[in-house]
Amino acid sequence: MSNQSDPLVIGGINLNSRLWVGTGKYKDFDETRRAIEASGADVVTVAVRRVNITDPNEENLLDFLDPKIYKILPNTAGCFTAKDAIRTAQLARAAGVSDMVKLEVIGDQESLYPDNEATLEAAEVLVKEGFIVLPYMTDDPIMAKKFEAVGCAAVMPLAAPIGSGLGVCNPYSVQLVQQAVSIPVVVDAGVGTASDVAVAMELGVEAVLLNTAIAGAQDPIRMARAMNHAVQAGREAFLAGRMPKKTYATASSPLQGMIAASN
Amino acid sequence: MNITVNGEPRQVSADCTVATLLAELDIKAEGVAVERNMEILSREGFSEASLEAGDTIEIIRFVGGGCGQKECHRA
Repeated sequence: MSNQSDPLVIGGINLNSRLWVGTGKYKDFDETRRAIEASGADVVTVAVRRVNITDPNEENLLDFLDPKIYKILPNTAGCFTAKDAIRTAQLARAAGVSDMVKLEVIGDQESLYPDNEATLEAAEVLVKEGFIVLPYMTDDPIMAKKFEAVGCAAVMPLAAPIGSGLGVCNPYSVQLVQQAVSIPVVVDAGVGTASDVAVAMELGVEAVLLNTAIAGAQDPIRMARAMNHAVQAGREAFLAGRMPKKTYATASSPLQGMIAASN
Repeated sequence: MNITVNGEPRQVSADCTVATLLAELDIKAEGVAVERNMEILSREGFSEASLEAGDTIEIIRFVGGGCGQKECHRA
């Protein structure tokens, strides 16, 4: 499937891959780099944190991920209020990689569910400041419409709780989100293995963002490759249009020309 | 004079700017963002941004992360 025939454009930015990956939980930056390479992803999300001033020579993630090759997508991971998320997004933009932000306002430590109301509040402010806002949200079509109405460039409903690996828990909701908005839908969080990614893509979402499903696998590099295949397989299957399901058998071999049954 | 950098108290000279502070800390300006008293500074302005006693400076950069980390940069 060439990108020419099936382009993905978000906020006016052309993207090459429908698999987006996080950069957390890897053993070291070298493993991060090798896993991302194997995944074929070109959108890579990163968090914003204080520089460790007691060890400023610590390895820098961006030395391992060339912003000329990858679209760096800063996120507001770990923020619990609209105010903190806005401030984090502004700092990320000042650090100079992108106007895009994966906006995340977490509601509580246990579920890590998004606080949709606070996220919407932050989204409204950031859109006005010229950001390309991609909000992380619950799989709720009404919420998706609200994010679209304030000018978000895409919506990112969860498949399941962050880091749970449960897969797409409610495919019907994800599909409702998909039908509710005309901006791209990117499933974010909760997938565990390749088949989960294929399921999400077969629903017709534009892309899948994942992190722990690769970083938490026994062999992250191999799982990254599997995810690369899965996202492509799922997209192709969606575009191909699956056969209708039937509750009865239909032979796929011709009945004509059968050798005569012996008496 | 005394300032606070990323939550830690620090002594700097009276003519210190953001640029000289970064140099003192051995931090390259590329890839970081700096906030002085909650106000984000443009990178071009680092050498003109002089510091005053009591200033609170935050220096941030990108680290590995997907989503939902339990601590924010303010924590």
